[in-house]
Amino acid sequence: MDEIRDLFGREIRVINVGLESFALVLESLGVPVIHVQWVPPAGGDPARARLLALLDDEDGA
Amino acid sequence: MSIREANERALVRLTSAQPVLVDCRPAREALGLDERTVLHSGPPLLWGQACPTVQAAILCAIRYEGWAADDDAARRLVERGRVTLGPCHHAGAVGPMTGIITASMPVFVVENRPGGNRAHATVNEGLGKVLRFGANDASVIARLDWLAREAGPLLGAALRSSGGLDLRALMAQALRMGDEMHQRNIAASALLARALMPHLARVAADTGAVARVADFMAGNDQFFLNLAMAAAKAAADPCLEIAGSTMVATMARNGTDFGIRVAGLGERWFTAPVNTPEGLYFPGFTAADANPDMGDSAIVETVGLGAFAMAASPAVVRFVGAGGLRDAVRVTEEMAEITLGEHPHFRIPTLDERGTPVGIDIRKVVETGITPLINTGIAGRAPGTGQIGAGVVRAPLACFEQALAAAAAGRVAT
Repeated sequence: MDEIRDLFGREIRVINVGLESFALVLESLGVPVIHVQWVPPAGGDPARARLLALLDDEDGA
Repeated sequence: MSIREANERALVRLTSAQPVLVDCRPAREALGLDERTVLHSGPPLLWGQACPTVQAAILCAIRYEGWAADDDAARRLVERGRVTLGPCHHAGAVGPMTGIITASMPVFVVENRPGGNRAHATVNEGLGKVLRFGANDASVIARLDWLAREAGPLLGAALRSSGGLDLRALMAQALRMGDEMHQRNIAASALLARALMPHLARVAADTGAVARVADFMAGNDQFFLNLAMAAAKAAADPCLEIAGSTMVATMARNGTDFGIRVAGLGERWFTAPVNTPEGLYFPGFTAADANPDMGDSAIVETVGLGAFAMAASPAVVRFVGAGGLRDAVRVTEEMAEITLGEHPHFRIPTLDERGTPVGIDIRKVVETGITPLINTGIAGRAPGTGQIGAGVVRAPLACFEQALAAAAAGRVAT
């Protein structure tokens, strides 16, 4: 708890991943935010994600 | 071979192609095209499923060849199976919009020097009322007659005299001059004319014929489009035999379906209903008049041109309905999300000489949900109208999902 209290006692810098609306709210409050555009693979569809996993050999597997 | 290795091989093969324009000959000679066959754009198409604009173009081509005197007689020939329909891609050719090719039409011959394979495309007819946009009146047939009788033979003789024109170098230069080579081909057409005219003048016995061909080329800013398409097909076709690759080697539309072929999955088409373009319309036309998307011209996006090179072509951005250069850069950057690399020869000055994004990976399309964007002309929905505008259209995601499932099934089987 002390660590969290310390965190909010300092200047907050945020990396926001995914929903941009979270970043926009912080920005409107003057908080520095780096927004990372991210969506779940294949829109979160489990069947297509499984197909993608079958075809993932970027490590050379 | 891993998918990564297969894709590296496919990308190198695609981008190291060296297409050379070597000839222009009647399709019956260059393609070995049978009489009573009409080639069309896109994946295979049944007559009953063709949109009215494509049907009108097919019937017009039959009249042009003299196989029937009017549309009713032409329709009976098709319905009774006495005229065969087939995709240009299956005959070694590509055609813009309706993509119609018949035996008498002259086709350019493009040879990929490293592989020796050839691809072909018709001579671009110009703008407005032309067969490729589904126009079908007497002026359309008169122009086709002239192309076959005078322009085609003269262009062929000039090209044979030239020993071949290096299209890759010409296209790389045109990209630097503001063409993306789908909706803007002004620079490429001018460069081609500059290279071709001396040979035309040397081989022609009739100065009047040279003047007519020169007038025709000078009056058509899109003259080079068909050559960009043939060059792209010559580059992409050799990739269709690379087992394991998930790179797209063909994208094409027929006014009904959008189809893709994938390097590691051979000649098989993966199709879905085609979308209708969005863009700008000529005066008097609206989106309600637009025909669904069609043409083999998406082969230029397949090799990293067209919308993929939008950042190289600020002049085309407004024409296809986008806002400005910032939007153009955004489009090219978005296409980089779904491609395997950058083109080593097609470079964009406005992006600090980065290559155009090239080599669409079906995995990246499905993973991101970002579908290829295509710059395109818009044909009228009513048969005989011709071109009514230009814009952009997205490839349907379903094609890529089907191809992904097929690639995964192949992976499991091995």
